[in-house]
Amino acid sequence: MLVSDIKSRPVYKGLTVDDAARRHLVAAEGEGALAVLEAFGDAPEAWSRMTLLYTPGGSAPANHAEALQARAPDAFHLHPTRQTLMTRLRALLDTATMGTRLYATGVEGFIGQVVAAGIEHGVDHFSIRTEHRGSLARRVQCVHCKGFMDDVTVSPVTCAHCGVPLLVRDHYSRRLAAFQGVSIDAECPGDVPAAEEIFK
Amino acid sequence: MSGGVEIPVRVVDVEQATETVKRFRLAPLSGEALPPFSAGAHVVVTMDDHGRRIRNPYSLIDRAEDGSSYRIGVLRVPNSRGGSKFMHENVKAGDRLVITMPVNLFPIVRTGRKHLLVAGGIGVTPIYAMANELKRRSAPYEIHYAMRNEASGAFIDELRAAHGDKLKLYRDDMQEFVSVSEILPNQPLGTHLYVCGPEGMIEAILKGGREAGWPEENLHCERFLAPTGGEPFSVVLQRAGITAEVRSDQSLLEAIEEAGVDAPFLCRGGACGQCETTVVSCDGELDHKDHYLTEEEHASGKKIMICVSRLKGRELVLDL
Repeated sequence: MLVSDIKSRPVYKGLTVDDAARRHLVAAEGEGALAVLEAFGDAPEAWSRMTLLYTPGGSAPANHAEALQARAPDAFHLHPTRQTLMTRLRALLDTATMGTRLYATGVEGFIGQVVAAGIEHGVDHFSIRTEHRGSLARRVQCVHCKGFMDDVTVSPVTCAHCGVPLLVRDHYSRRLAAFQGVSIDAECPGDVPAAEEIFK
Repeated sequence: MSGGVEIPVRVVDVEQATETVKRFRLAPLSGEALPPFSAGAHVVVTMDDHGRRIRNPYSLIDRAEDGSSYRIGVLRVPNSRGGSKFMHENVKAGDRLVITMPVNLFPIVRTGRKHLLVAGGIGVTPIYAMANELKRRSAPYEIHYAMRNEASGAFIDELRAAHGDKLKLYRDDMQEFVSVSEILPNQPLGTHLYVCGPEGMIEAILKGGREAGWPEENLHCERFLAPTGGEPFSVVLQRAGITAEVRSDQSLLEAIEEAGVDAPFLCRGGACGQCETTVVSCDGELDHKDHYLTEEEHASGKKIMICVSRLKGRELVLDL
């Protein structure tokens, strides 16, 4: 079953501002910019305590970066890719102090990577505020070769690393920030159903 | 047994640590090794005061490395209903007691990157065990230990010897108090705070933590309530078909046990939730004292924690 109410499936409760936080460390991707604009609104006080990391992804033409910058966050870092954003985020988490509240918004694979980075730095995942925006594309790990693929919208999907056709299971790993992809034709090699676009 | 497996023990050593605190070393009668416990755990000690059974939770200080004994620390409470008074006045080396298996409601968060341990008075007992475990694991930690005066600090010498400058003392008589504005700033992300001590201290520390922007997930406390006495009332155990009287010096749970019903319990201090019981009806007002049920659940009148809460009224009917 591809869609189920399994416990490992993260729940994204939406961005809400923790007024007690001394610093808002916000990581946003693509359409997640709109969630940040809505949640933090016009409160200059909250923006003045914000370190904002943004990567436009597929939303670049909408130019949300300009709208974010116009609210004058205390620090604003625009990144060309998720990977470069994550590098900066990890460096910030390394030196962050308690009182820092972590927020993540964008596509699921991005949120998952931010949450995993938080967990690596001792942050309880329940204390990270998250909001899903944009496509339902999944980050998938091939359980056979352990390679990761971002933005997977179909199942089965051919592993970009080892070439095995993978069923994208509804089985999520918080540590890896990825859904698990398992060989779909292990018992009947070559018997691979047509790919369906399930995660739009 | 509703409280879990019980272990008969013999008191092998009693140490008067301060004027009001005694430490007891307990060894199993069976001679088998006592189970290892995770720091922060407690046991419930059953005492037999001339036929009257008293059960109190006490945090475990430590376990002998070969498992031959546990240590607990007991503060003599002035308004004791009997437990701490009995331990102080009657229990001597050689005596027998019964303890439950260790239960931990106050564990160290192992994913944390640093740990702030805050103790007030006898609240130091679980903190003592936690500090030792953190030291063994080479995890970063600080100990903030508040006491009335140096003479009442039951664990100062042992803590100082083991933890050196990681230990900071605060003495009421020197006008020294644990201040959240001093200990909370500049702690690295992923720090967890654990506080055990008097109610007012716990409240102040937790409030300070929330105001400093610490998430709830990083703030931990343990508070065992001693069941207070109160007006007597009747309890009807509907399923068992038993009616019993709850005396003024007795908790509801104790009265139920005296009536021969094996009701569920673990901590006997309003913290763990094990003894949550459905109220069928009550003639009077429920007097909730626990830290487990939410305010809404308290207001609903449908649940009661029988270890510490009671009825102000005539009769309480329980689904037991």
